[in-house]
Amino acid sequence: MSGIPHDHYEPQSNGAKWLHRRLPIVSLMYDTLTIPTPRNLNWMWIWGIVLAFCLVLQIVTGIILVMHYTPHVDLAFASIEHIMRNVNGGWAIRYIHMNGASLFFIAVYLHIFRGLYYGSYKAPREVTWIIGMLIYLLMMGTAFMGYVLPWGQMSFWGATVITGLFGAIPFVGDAIQTWLLGGPAVGNATLNRFLSLHYLLPFVIAGLVIVHIWAFHTTGNNNPTGVEVRRTSRKEADADTLPFWPYFVIKDLFALAVVLVGFFAVVGFMPNYLGHPDNYIEADPLVTPAHIVPEWYFLPFYAILRAFTGDVWVVMFASWITGGIVDAKFFGVIAMFGAIAVMALAPWLDTSSVRSGRYRPMFKWWFWLLVVDFLVLMWAGARPAEPPYSTISLIGSAYWFAYFLVILPLLGIFEKPLPQPDTIEEDFKEHYGTSGSKGDTAATPAE
Amino acid sequence: MRETLSVSHAEDNPSTRRDFLYYATGGVGAVATGAAVWPLVNQMNPSADVQAASTMRVDVSTLETGTQVTVLFLGKPIFIRRRSEGEIAQGREENDADTIIDPLARNGNIDDSAPATDENRTLVDFSGENTGEWLVMWGVCTHLGCVPLGDGAGAFGGWFCPCHGSHYDTAGRIRRGPAPENLPVPTAEFVDETTILLG
Repeated sequence: MSGIPHDHYEPQSNGAKWLHRRLPIVSLMYDTLTIPTPRNLNWMWIWGIVLAFCLVLQIVTGIILVMHYTPHVDLAFASIEHIMRNVNGGWAIRYIHMNGASLFFIAVYLHIFRGLYYGSYKAPREVTWIIGMLIYLLMMGTAFMGYVLPWGQMSFWGATVITGLFGAIPFVGDAIQTWLLGGPAVGNATLNRFLSLHYLLPFVIAGLVIVHIWAFHTTGNNNPTGVEVRRTSRKEADADTLPFWPYFVIKDLFALAVVLVGFFAVVGFMPNYLGHPDNYIEADPLVTPAHIVPEWYFLPFYAILRAFTGDVWVVMFASWITGGIVDAKFFGVIAMFGAIAVMALAPWLDTSSVRSGRYRPMFKWWFWLLVVDFLVLMWAGARPAEPPYSTISLIGSAYWFAYFLVILPLLGIFEKPLPQPDTIEEDFKEHYGTSGSKGDTAATPAE
Repeated sequence: MRETLSVSHAEDNPSTRRDFLYYATGGVGAVATGAAVWPLVNQMNPSADVQAASTMRVDVSTLETGTQVTVLFLGKPIFIRRRSEGEIAQGREENDADTIIDPLARNGNIDDSAPATDENRTLVDFSGENTGEWLVMWGVCTHLGCVPLGDGAGAFGGWFCPCHGSHYDTAGRIRRGPAPENLPVPTAEFVDETTILLG
């Protein structure tokens, strides 16, 4: 598919020929699994497999949980306890599903930052990037609605706060919020529709994942050098790539096994470490928990939401220029969604012709500062909305936007990139010697 | 190519009739699609039982001065506070404070453009007098819908929202934090000496 010269499936037996003429499905699977993959992919290229595994894990455990769960405000909380105490092995299934969401987000953040560092979003992979961002948005929606289902205090108040975001939209906000909730407040109608959508969206994600894979199989994988695979001859392509099966499948499965050791240690020994004790108290519309905190994976964007209060000059300016239509509340919502939108626009904001951060001496520093910024925002998002955390969140938010809107466009002009290798083969030999091509596996670990 | 076939209509624009059918079909198709989709969207709006006009009577005879009661009305809490002399005085003193963020009273019982004075926030009692004693409002933070903590919480002696740090004063007016509006006063009235009718 990728325009890289490689083997194609040839049906051998009469049966295979019969099927191939009618439905070339074996051919499709063969070409997908044996796609030429750059030899020099490092360990940051394993997260795609981890993500695919997470999606399957969540769908399978989720389907099982629905068999025992009751979506009604009077029964939902008790049905979760029923799963935990009575259903055979129910506690394990639920803890895997709960922590599976966290693994999913750990993997997606590493996957996204990998893409940001190695310039995987740049031409010709913009469509892969945009679809990835859509998947990420759907993941957030799915995770949020799933968190509401146990009907604990954090479920209820998280739902109240997040649906309140839509109420901040000028003029039509209240109508949209009421429409989303199915009533004046979070209630039974809300719980039921959230279950329905929480069940639906993973299948939409699965569809988009296929398109995501289709897109990067069309362009070919990026790699740590950002240099394209040579397509001029079969010999050169073979020197730059190895087929995905078995080389990268085995590597990815090994990495997955290592990741799962950590995952099951958490599931087994500290399953509630990433959760909040408040969610083991049944939802009560009259009592707000002292400190509403979203799940850890939402914290950076939650910090951005809260950072823009009425006393910040950009907010005052926005309010003044729109005649008060954009108030602090709506501005916070715009900032939160805007933080993801600017990331989605990275392919067009980054003006550098060099893909990989490895050959961009100035970019590297700004990139790692963005990673630190992300972690600082995550930390600040979990703290109360008061000084000094509010100021830290504001600075962190400002850097997030500055990175995408100012630094990426300017770096392409001011930065002098380092020399890049001419070919992937050259880079591979430099890192692993010539042994790799002879089937000798005595290679040093990737960078 | 059509021109070569049509002899009698050589002067006409040969595709007029087809264009008309094209747009008419497209228009009907769009209307039909909209008509089919609308019920699928509208089903998510509040159902009839939720919508059913609702009122509630609250007996406040046991409510002591300087305390409050929270009742659940339409799925959301309502604060009914019987304010002390000190709270009334503080609320009225701060009518002109420059930390008042929202200049409107947000009182469903009076004019929409009424200013956010302490007097415009409180409920008229059964004798028709606005003593400032009765403050009735939605207990829903105007930021993102949490329930503020009461009984003198926050920096202004009124309510404090724990979610994102909004401070409301003794009249429920927003004074500091991300919330944009004062806590709204619902439609309410005294129907006898000690009963408030909500809605």
